[in-house]
Amino acid sequence: MSLLVTFGVNGQIASVEVSPWKRLLDVLREDLHLTGTKEGCGEGECGACTVLLDGVPVNSCLVAAGQCDGRAVTTVEGLARGSAAEPLLHAVQRELVARGGAQCGICTPGIAVCAAHLCESGALVGASDPRAKVRELLAGNICRCTGYQLVVDAVIAAALPDGESAEDGAGDGGRGDGGAR
Amino acid sequence: MHTPSGGSVGKSLPRVDGVAKVTGAAHYLDDLVVPRLRHGVTVRSTVAHGTFDGLDLDPAFDWSQITVVTADHLGWGQGLAAGGLGQNHIAMLDTDQPALVPVGGRIKHVDEPLALIAAPTRALALAARAHARPRQTAQPAVLAIDDALRAEVKLYGDDNVFKQFLIRKGHATDDELEAAMAGADRVLEGTYHTGAQEQMYIEPQAMMATLDGGIMRIAGSMQCPYYVHKAMKVLLGCDAEQVVVTQTVTGGGFGGKEEYPSMLAAHCALLAQASGAPVKMVYDRDADIAATTKRHPSRVHHRLGLRADGTIAAIDVDVIFDGGAYLTLSPVVLSRGVLHAAGPYRCDVVRVRGRAVATNHPPHGAFRGFGAPQTTFAYERQLAKAARVLGVAPWDHRDRLALRPGDTTATGQVLERSVGTDDVLRAIREAAGPPPTRDGTNRHGAPVRRGRGHAFYFHGAGFTGSGEQRLAGRATVVARPDGTFEVLASSTDMGQGAITIFTQLAAEALGVPPEQVRVPDPATDHVPDSGPTVASRTCMVVGGLVDRAARTLRLRVEAWADAAGIKGDLATRAAAMIAAMIERGGGDLVGGGVAETVQYEPPPGIHWDDATYTGQAYPCYGWAGCLVDVEVDLDTREVSLLRCVHAVDVGRAINPVIVRGQIEGGTVQALGWAVLESVVYRDGKVANASMTNCIVPTFADVPDLETIIVECPYPYGPSGAKGVGEIPMDGPAAAVANALEDALGVPFDRLPILPEDIARALRPGGGAGGAGGGAA
Repeated sequence: MSLLVTFGVNGQIASVEVSPWKRLLDVLREDLHLTGTKEGCGEGECGACTVLLDGVPVNSCLVAAGQCDGRAVTTVEGLARGSAAEPLLHAVQRELVARGGAQCGICTPGIAVCAAHLCESGALVGASDPRAKVRELLAGNICRCTGYQLVVDAVIAAALPDGESAEDGAGDGGRGDGGAR
Repeated sequence: MHTPSGGSVGKSLPRVDGVAKVTGAAHYLDDLVVPRLRHGVTVRSTVAHGTFDGLDLDPAFDWSQITVVTADHLGWGQGLAAGGLGQNHIAMLDTDQPALVPVGGRIKHVDEPLALIAAPTRALALAARAHARPRQTAQPAVLAIDDALRAEVKLYGDDNVFKQFLIRKGHATDDELEAAMAGADRVLEGTYHTGAQEQMYIEPQAMMATLDGGIMRIAGSMQCPYYVHKAMKVLLGCDAEQVVVTQTVTGGGFGGKEEYPSMLAAHCALLAQASGAPVKMVYDRDADIAATTKRHPSRVHHRLGLRADGTIAAIDVDVIFDGGAYLTLSPVVLSRGVLHAAGPYRCDVVRVRGRAVATNHPPHGAFRGFGAPQTTFAYERQLAKAARVLGVAPWDHRDRLALRPGDTTATGQVLERSVGTDDVLRAIREAAGPPPTRDGTNRHGAPVRRGRGHAFYFHGAGFTGSGEQRLAGRATVVARPDGTFEVLASSTDMGQGAITIFTQLAAEALGVPPEQVRVPDPATDHVPDSGPTVASRTCMVVGGLVDRAARTLRLRVEAWADAAGIKGDLATRAAAMIAAMIERGGGDLVGGGVAETVQYEPPPGIHWDDATYTGQAYPCYGWAGCLVDVEVDLDTREVSLLRCVHAVDVGRAINPVIVRGQIEGGTVQALGWAVLESVVYRDGKVANASMTNCIVPTFADVPDLETIIVECPYPYGPSGAKGVGEIPMDGPAAAVANALEDALGVPFDRLPILPEDIARALRPGGGAGGAGGGAA
């Protein structure tokens, strides 16, 4: 059984005729060719497939196409502005590159989407321990490469650009104990 | 060393693939769109040991669109050119592992490949697999090290021993060793167990094969394109030119994509040949955890003979690794394990024995650290116990015993240079601060106990002994007419930053901005064999080749331009040189540019004897110290990691942020191995083959890491760099176990240390060694 599902994807309207049970992850990757969203486990543990559904982070491997009709999806491809050739990166993307928060990169789209939501929701503003808050709110995204430290640095720098934490870990930081706490 | 116009080395250049990765534009294997693509899946064994009696295909299922391959109806021995194949095994160190178990052949582990299925969609391939039933007859299986050694069931040779090593230092016979041990004032004896560990790269194994005009093209997620190339030549029975292997963007490896990709490539190739279409195989997470290689489970017995003054009179270590069902890389993993087993400590009498044994577990294999983490856990538990019984402060104890320039290792190697002991110990002591308060309550109001642990260790950089000379790796740097420079090497970037490091080293040596340097994806028809991406060798060894090739190229271009009177920057001068060469017919051009290729040359004075295992085991070592503070919830036995300070001597940090990323990523894998990561085998099958219950650390499981980069330059590494990839994995687990003993007063000699192990250890008479009581 196929169903016409119409939903917003990164500010555009998309209509696909698919099984209502098809995973949103597969609709994005196979029907819309948005392969930035990755599959790491297929059971909602790793977070590599994180997208925003009506502005809320979800594991797209656990969302059925039929649940998306009339709703809005944001994928990693929707974070940057500008063109594909010259993207204007979202602050989270910019800081992940600058601070070494991406290594193999397979978990990075999910982390970028989740962290962008974290920045824009203001969840860190006024937090007593912003680093602990980042760790709590990103705990659904597993990264096996970085040890998380430089990702936390990047998210803090993007979310609280005026805070003193933003000075950690950038540029040549990391020599000696600079940038480490 | 620092040219004004280059100046890339030592700076944290953002990784060159960073923007593609944060925007989702980087294409991993599963992202590629390929016409006529078929999806492959694997039919696997369900018994740990037995025979494969045949494959039944449900006649009620529509097989018209399905390709089914077993080992039986294939043209083995005919060769690819004749439409057939070569030999049914995965060529690595031995020939014992088949690509597919033939009908009538022996099944040696659960989830062993028996047959392959390809279909136009993945859903159809999975449906077909549900209608394909392998018939199997089970036999008694070998699922423990002691059962393997008893050899009542023979899996490999007569004794189930894949490989053994013996290192002797300062004695000739076992009696002399015992005499030295008897001369000690105190002998500490312990048995240490470590479990299998899953690499858990987030991109599962992924590969594709296309048979195109008689050439088998393999593309996928891998660490070592030339390993796959070698395996394909044997499997397909063809010449080197008939196989092209290309690495696609690789989502993590950690050793898990060292040998296994050859198996996956073999399966894709068999299906591509049988179906006449391109075939892709991407493993589900459960299959990836269940079937692919993991860190070797180990049992290490360690005797430490101490004199009254605290110095070491004798060390005796017996190392046993569970190699699993096939030999794969176990001998090499064991080698590195035994070579590190005596630790970075002074001792004149050392015996290390090592054995890798065959069992009916899926093969264990490469994982960051490559045998050293298992033996490091044993010796650093022993050192902690020694400091405790001697009443010496942990760092003082290690400081007194640790190797310095002029000292000799277990293999008799005299350490001459780049020994980071003093700098590492100084750095970590300065950062240590006061230990945590012993007793308290946590935020849930539960009582807690806290403690601090320490570890000090070393890790040999590069291949063992004369391995680099045998391999004779090569790398090429090309000046292109468009003003760019290309680095050609088979070393892969699996996330660790190799292509950024190569870019920086080439830019520095050429004296050009890094934006002018490109590192194309490794493909075996385009790049020379610079060796596999393993053994903490990529920056030190291959980076050295890139550096030397770039310098040679620069000198050649400058000499020509000076003679021709051409001024300008190197790109301009190279373009003029290329134009002049084209005018002369272009015979000297390589890919339209000027190229220089260099081959590995060993540093002077390297001597290694493979027969006696003596000499310079590694050209140099990294050195590291780790301090961990833990807190145990006395109600739930849950462990919280409060602090982790890690000082690592890397020689020279070519890119400090990338080096930090290597250290911190390895640290968290080691912390996970210590207190979270458990691969549970039940009847030879992984019982927790999903990310839901085969867990790895999340953001919330680890503290902010305190990383200290120490630089004791290695004169034969590029700009002084040596290895960094593996050493962070070696020691933190021992530091955690030492911290738990400090907190709770009972020893923990078995990894992982889970809450149930702590509960058992704290129970009156509960046995101190964790599950099964590992303590001697």
